[in-house]
Amino acid sequence: MKSLKRQDHSLSDSFLQLEVLQARRPDGRAFPRFEEKLESIGLFPLRPTQLEIFQVNVGKMCNQVCKHCHVDAGPDRKEIMTRETMQLCLDALDRADAAGQSVHTVDLTGGAPEMNPHFRWFVQELHQRGKHVMVRCNLTIILANPTYHDLPQFYKAHGVEVVSSLPHFSARRTDAQRGDGVFEKSIRALQMLNAVGYGIDGSGLQLQLVYNPSGAFLPGAQAGLEREFRQQLQRQFGIHFNSLYVITNLPISRFLDFLVQSGNYEAYMEKLVNSFNPAAAANVMCRNTISVGWDGQLYDCDFNQMLDLPVAEGAPRHIRDFDVTALQQRAIVLNQHCYGCTAGAGSSCGGQTA
Amino acid sequence: MQGTYYNPADLAKFGSIGEFGPELAKKFFDYYGEVFKEGELTEREKSLIALAVAHAIQCPYCIDAYTTDGMEKGASEGQMMEAIHVAAAIRGGASLVHGVQMMNKVKEMSM
Repeated sequence: MKSLKRQDHSLSDSFLQLEVLQARRPDGRAFPRFEEKLESIGLFPLRPTQLEIFQVNVGKMCNQVCKHCHVDAGPDRKEIMTRETMQLCLDALDRADAAGQSVHTVDLTGGAPEMNPHFRWFVQELHQRGKHVMVRCNLTIILANPTYHDLPQFYKAHGVEVVSSLPHFSARRTDAQRGDGVFEKSIRALQMLNAVGYGIDGSGLQLQLVYNPSGAFLPGAQAGLEREFRQQLQRQFGIHFNSLYVITNLPISRFLDFLVQSGNYEAYMEKLVNSFNPAAAANVMCRNTISVGWDGQLYDCDFNQMLDLPVAEGAPRHIRDFDVTALQQRAIVLNQHCYGCTAGAGSSCGGQTA
Repeated sequence: MQGTYYNPADLAKFGSIGEFGPELAKKFFDYYGEVFKEGELTEREKSLIALAVAHAIQCPYCIDAYTTDGMEKGASEGQMMEAIHVAAAIRGGASLVHGVQMMNKVKEMSM
């Protein structure tokens, strides 16, 4: 399977994705604008709270081509962060430390972040600076080739928190979303992580799983799903993990393509809009996160990054200009996809928010 | 009058039954909400029971609603199909167990 970009698909163009999201429905009605929803609960313009998470997308290259991927990642994507840009990230974090505005957590994502040739160097540098490093690991990368087999040991040596996608405890539903054979490899990778202590009580090594629906439906309550995942994975495969993060699929990129192609787009958007939850809106992750693109551009979140919606004009827009005080003044950039983070119990890179 | 007895869009209008009788509708929906809250059974287990019952009573609205609900609650395809087999077994069993009545009658009448 090729990325939308490689297929020259119309929805690989972020402008056209935004057109779909803002279009009127076939019956002429329009979904209410997200800004208006926030205004109705006194949250517009949406402002940052305290910057706590520095999320870096180190590139769109990935060994998988998942059907729901909002990054449109895959083996054919060559956009990856250079070592120079990583150094600019380190310099930015150092400046924030010196100014007494430390950002404690660095969240590394992709693509498969491990495929960036400077990934290990970057993690080592971050670890030396005392940062809490999270890596969004797709699991199968650990088995992709022998050079990655020692990743569990590498993560352990650098105190990395591993956050891994596993959309279901059934092979059928996982493979339907992430590709044939992914479930089996993911289980083996989880067993390798468990073997070095990840997810095991008392080890201090954190292993979180990420659940997101394999289709046009919203996720159920996090606590119930976590209990079910824990029971099933332990019983069937002897696997242990710390927490399950439940994430809603946002209607962008490949998931948007799936929704449109399968005729589910209208009903899914309607469900997101009707499930708008003010408590979730108050806790959206863009309020305490800054997202850095592979080329050093700054965004309010990874989704805005993929829609080419940079931080608001007037705020520093490139990592070389990173300035916590200036960024705190910005208004967060919003669009219709934001309904994905405010539906039901809310959704963020760390799971439910309400 | 619509051309068919069942219209998928009517499922979303379930709440409108209150229009012709608000008090009983309120009591029903309050009760309904309480029933499906997590208790001794999890929400997922209750959803699977509802799916099985939906098939036993052959309610298209309920099948639509509790297939979606089961997916949201993380029920697997296998779990949902097993639940339906439970419904089928009970329905089939309910017919077959009356076979004993038939046999009793036959024996009663026979020499």
